[in-house]
Amino acid sequence: MTILKHAAAFLALASVLLPSIGQADDSVASLRAELDALRADYAARLGALEARIAELDSTVAARDAALIAAPEATVADSAPPSGSGSSPSALNPAISLILAGNYSHLSEDPETWRIAGFMPSGGEVGPGERSFNLGESELILSASVDPYFSATLTAAITGEDEIEVEEAFFQTLALPAGFTARGGRFFSGLGYLNDRHAHVWDFTDQPLVYQALFGNQMGQDGLQVKWLAPTDLFIELGAESGNGGAFPGTRRSGNGLNGTTLFAHVGGDIGQSTSWRMGASWLDLEAEDRTYDDVDDLDQPVVNAFTGDSETWGVDAVLKWAPYGSTTRQQLKLQGEYFHRKESGELAFDVEGLGLSDSFTSKQSGWYLQSVYQFRPRWRAGLRYDALDSGTPVIGLVESGALEAEAFPALLSGSPERISLMLDWSPTEFSRLRAQYAWDEARDDGDRDGQFFLQYLYGIGAHGAHKY
Amino acid sequence: MKTFIRGWLAALALCAALPAQAELKILATTADWGALASELGGDRVNVYTATGALQDVHRVEAKPSLVARARTADLLVANGAELESGWLPILVRESGNRRIQPGGTGYFEAAAQVALLEKPAKLDRAMGDIHPQGNPHLHLNPRNIGPVAKALTARLVALDAANAAVYQQRGADFAARWAQAIARWEAKAAPLKGVPVVVMHRDQAYLCNWLGLKEVAAIEPKPGVPPSAGYLGQLVTQLGASPARMILRNAYNDSKAADWLSKRTNTPVVLLPYSVGGTDGARDLISLFDDTLDRLLAVKP
Repeated sequence: MTILKHAAAFLALASVLLPSIGQADDSVASLRAELDALRADYAARLGALEARIAELDSTVAARDAALIAAPEATVADSAPPSGSGSSPSALNPAISLILAGNYSHLSEDPETWRIAGFMPSGGEVGPGERSFNLGESELILSASVDPYFSATLTAAITGEDEIEVEEAFFQTLALPAGFTARGGRFFSGLGYLNDRHAHVWDFTDQPLVYQALFGNQMGQDGLQVKWLAPTDLFIELGAESGNGGAFPGTRRSGNGLNGTTLFAHVGGDIGQSTSWRMGASWLDLEAEDRTYDDVDDLDQPVVNAFTGDSETWGVDAVLKWAPYGSTTRQQLKLQGEYFHRKESGELAFDVEGLGLSDSFTSKQSGWYLQSVYQFRPRWRAGLRYDALDSGTPVIGLVESGALEAEAFPALLSGSPERISLMLDWSPTEFSRLRAQYAWDEARDDGDRDGQFFLQYLYGIGAHGAHKY
Repeated sequence: MKTFIRGWLAALALCAALPAQAELKILATTADWGALASELGGDRVNVYTATGALQDVHRVEAKPSLVARARTADLLVANGAELESGWLPILVRESGNRRIQPGGTGYFEAAAQVALLEKPAKLDRAMGDIHPQGNPHLHLNPRNIGPVAKALTARLVALDAANAAVYQQRGADFAARWAQAIARWEAKAAPLKGVPVVVMHRDQAYLCNWLGLKEVAAIEPKPGVPPSAGYLGQLVTQLGASPARMILRNAYNDSKAADWLSKRTNTPVVLLPYSVGGTDGARDLISLFDDTLDRLLAVKP
């Protein structure tokens, strides 16, 4: 268009200038004729374009009017929302991927980190390594299988290039009377935090009590049945059993069940802005040759093993406040849990060498209390206090005088403590950056480990829904 | 141990045998669909509304009280189109209630009954928290409520055949009152056609579309992304060049950004109820639109 304009202007200018330099009259006349022809052509094209614009305008207006005036152009009742139904990928499960990683600055050597007085769980506990670390990338796939079942897989791809099946379970959709059953591998419903995946934790790590008693999270291969009461007060009862293969249990050589869990949750609202949930749980497991690494009184590495019964009970409570229940601007969350574990059976010393064995009993407990406050949109600050009491185990080999208490350094009683402070910023629901500082005295050796973490969490794919 | 488990199982069996209620229990996710269910069901239904008008329905938690309500519901009336995607799937999954599973007769989605605006041509979260099925805030065009009411009446009839005549009568009565009200509103709202407005979020799209209001700017640069100071500065410049007549703010929106922009551009903020209960005037569906129009017309006579 502009080229046409320029050409026309150039020709017009030429038509004015050319005669003055004394061109022959007939050539001027022929130029004029050409110019007139161009002008006419230009005007005709413009006219055609204007007509087309007007026509389009009226079509759009008519379509808008039709849309406003005729809502009868609706989708038939119960038809699924319009989608690309013909594509085979339309039935693909919902896929979410969460990437996580951190930068750690630890004042004490993480190799020496341990929870004083507690048998190591063998789980991925502790502050991790120094400097930059790729965290676990969580891949979650879920969909309805048919009208009766749904299925969910959560795989963790670790920074050490391993793939772990965190959860892989089916769940019923159509049981009557408020029952739901789940089978496969799943995190136990005990406590409040246990069945939450790492990307929804409010701190970079789990409370010490979870790290010490469950190796971060208690999960097993088995079955879970939950029942929800038909009351306005939320009352949920659940039972689980399975192979009990995860700490503090072990796989056993025999048939049958191991690792029975019972839990109950009660919850409700206090006015419009406050909601709460309380729970109690009980876990009974058998361990068979549950080994852990220790050093003997000569500082030589030994492997010891516990065989016996492990029984844990706990209580948990959470209270959330948000103005009118809307978490956009502000939210305050207060939560705490207490667990107590009793283990009794046999403790074998140096199973690969001496192989001494005698009775063993321990009573251990721990708790945490934390509060997370979203003080403005996208910003949250949190404070957590952790405390554990290892108690003093009764070790038959020590009582009988066969060995000194110092032969079991991992079991020397301690009272680990930790205070953690965090601040996180979530630009959207799908991304979060967090800074955390912890004064960690898990070793209970008089040295305080100053732990600083910077963490990122990014979620892509399906919009995940989160549990309360 | 054995007796403990036996006692537990006995308690489970006893509780499972508790008698069911006679009224049709409805769990509605928003105040508006709750109001519609009450209009259509009258005293034959017991409606519980999961969220209030001052809540951002997109940011709600699957709290225990809601799971408990989902457990006993005969019918779940949801908005759909991903409005409740952060919590409703958990509610349905944890409810242990097979009646309200998606696809069943006890699961009703308003968004499935009408054509949605703004279905994105490209799906990429770089564009904000977009909704693949289209803009979910459909209740703000009263012409969408008619078809939803018709489908919901059909659903009530299917679920509770004993009261079919009551539902059909109430449905017909509502349709007549609603058609009258639409005619009245559209006549009254004629002066609003073409009036340039600033909206908060895409949640006023249906209202603007219905009334012919011209959205010249949105305070959220992208859906779900709060405005930065720089972006608000741009808005001031933009509105200086081509001013808007008013800034529309929903009752549940934070007032800060709208008030700031209002002061800078000398454009009045009009507080709209958005949902039944959002303002004192919006007591039910009809007064929701009465109040909305009164507030808009108070600025533009």
